[in-house]
Amino acid sequence: MDSNVIELVDLTKKYGSFTAVDHLNLTINKGEVFGLLGPNGAGKSTTILMMLGLTEPTYGSVRVCGIDSTSNPVGVKEKVGYLPEDVGFYDDYTGLENLMYTARLNRIPEKEAKEKVLLLLERVGLSGEASKKAGKYSRGMRQRLGLADVLVKTPEVIILDEPTLGIDPKGVNEFLELISRLSKEEKSTVLLSSHHLHQVQKVCDRVGLFVSGKLIARGDINTLSRELFASEPIIIEAGFNSYYAGAADLKPADKLIEHLKKINGVITIENKDNFLRIGCSDDITRDISRAILESGAELNYFSRKEYGLDDIYNRYFEGNGKHE
Amino acid sequence: MIFITVILKEMGNMNNIAGRRPDSHISHPFRVMVNKEISDYIRSWRFLILLILIFLTCLGSVSVALANIEETLKVNEAGDSFIFLRLFTASDGTLPSFFVFISFLGPLLGIIMGFDAINLEENKGTLSRIMSQPVHRDYIINAKFVAAITVLSVMLFALGFLVMGSGLIAIGIPPTAEEFLRIIFFILLSILYVSFWLNLSIFLSVKFRQPATSALAGIAIWLFFTVFYSIIVSLIAKAAEPSQAATTQQMLSYQEFVMNLFRILPSQLFTDATTTLLVPTVRSLGPLTIDKIYGTIPGALPLGQSLLLVWPQITGLIAATILCFVLSYVSFMRREIRSR
Repeated sequence: MDSNVIELVDLTKKYGSFTAVDHLNLTINKGEVFGLLGPNGAGKSTTILMMLGLTEPTYGSVRVCGIDSTSNPVGVKEKVGYLPEDVGFYDDYTGLENLMYTARLNRIPEKEAKEKVLLLLERVGLSGEASKKAGKYSRGMRQRLGLADVLVKTPEVIILDEPTLGIDPKGVNEFLELISRLSKEEKSTVLLSSHHLHQVQKVCDRVGLFVSGKLIARGDINTLSRELFASEPIIIEAGFNSYYAGAADLKPADKLIEHLKKINGVITIENKDNFLRIGCSDDITRDISRAILESGAELNYFSRKEYGLDDIYNRYFEGNGKHE
Repeated sequence: MIFITVILKEMGNMNNIAGRRPDSHISHPFRVMVNKEISDYIRSWRFLILLILIFLTCLGSVSVALANIEETLKVNEAGDSFIFLRLFTASDGTLPSFFVFISFLGPLLGIIMGFDAINLEENKGTLSRIMSQPVHRDYIINAKFVAAITVLSVMLFALGFLVMGSGLIAIGIPPTAEEFLRIIFFILLSILYVSFWLNLSIFLSVKFRQPATSALAGIAIWLFFTVFYSIIVSLIAKAAEPSQAATTQQMLSYQEFVMNLFRILPSQLFTDATTTLLVPTVRSLGPLTIDKIYGTIPGALPLGQSLLLVWPQITGLIAATILCFVLSYVSFMRREIRSR
């Protein structure tokens, strides 16, 4: 089979004059965990709906597992498990009954379905609550039941839309662990949309940054940071107390900054209350620390920073996504 | 009534059992959905309330009819050959007869069964979950409709047969084959009429996000049709009334015009059709001139002729029903299904 499980070509969705998704091109490979990252209203959910054929693209094509989602949504839905944002269940059915209904809709033979559903309930940690009405489930339990519901049909692709929204931090951790464990065990492709970077960072192999309908960057986190911060790949942060005895006309920090600017490789320096953020082109940690110490300042914090998704995110969204 | 619920529950159970048979038999997803909807309807409070309501009205109208039938029998021992049908039509003026009750409550039945069909699922977030299963999108609308109509049909048939049975015990005269068939057609017609309102309310449930709004809209349409429309028509009729000096031809076309205005109403179509079916002596639904009556022998029409007479009404009802269904279908099929 094709290694491209999800293939979006020039995908566009317009609501009147508003463009929710703008000429999106994206391929997701088999077996990877892909994170769609973007602020609310960026078009993540719309993209997902188009993948499932729940809404029609204005232009462009979606192929999931080699099947066109617009012309043959049922074929796609046989292979894709979708957990909608804020999933709902029939309140007066028990968790077990809800899952059994899904199993029946997927034409799984009754006996097999029952075994499978019980197994899945155990896996998501709900076997104790299986015979409880779904209306009495808490938010986190509903979300876990949703994950079990997605897995009932043994999907090749799992699409999760904001799966961690509204769960407490402990629940989020459990949920994410569950997802990454499942993706490893079942070898299924996972597409996860979220506006929470830390969560995405934790489980995703690759991420795509989505802003106002456009995918502005994609790749694993290292590649992304290299791409984005090409001019200043390394950031050094330093905090100090100053007992600077030198020239009275200059503030101690200013004097130090003058000093640091002369070092080869320093590109930018930001100062905020004796806390320096130094952008460098090379790893010149040693030179900088020496310079600070020699200036007479007392160093109390020093760290070489790796870029995380946080920085990537801020970089893009500070300027309302007008980067590039 | 308990009997009906038991039958319906059994049906649900049987379906469940059929579904549970291991391996040998996998139900089609559509059947699974219909089964679920039926069992949901039967378990719901609203169905129980409806059942009680309908059962009581039916009891009332039948007892009135039975009281009246004795008098009719005394007065007219020789002539009337359709005594059994009187069970459905007779009334002493205090309580309406059975078929009037059905024409009045039918819309309510339809509206109550369908007003939250789609939007409730949407609000609960189950619609997007179900729609992400490998089923065609129209399954959900079709399943809701089929399930509701199944439940309603069983209910109406049971009620019709209950009326027949109690009448049989009370008056001791069995229905003729023709009477029986007429009653069956009457029940089928009632199902058609209720399904029109059901489709209308399903359409409203697709259109409006809030179940309360769609229920209100349904009831508003029903009220408009039953109360206000006839007022409007009578106003129009008054305005369009020809002068005293008008020819017969003018008078006739005027009458036709007013009749046609009324015939836009599904309830009018239903009443016309049921009256013709249940009162075999009705031989025309339009104005009759002396010329037309001249030379006719008073008597009842055979069933075939009665059906022919009401065929336009039936076609009209079917068309209205299909129109509503198509509307809801079209607006649902291309709609974007978002989660909550």
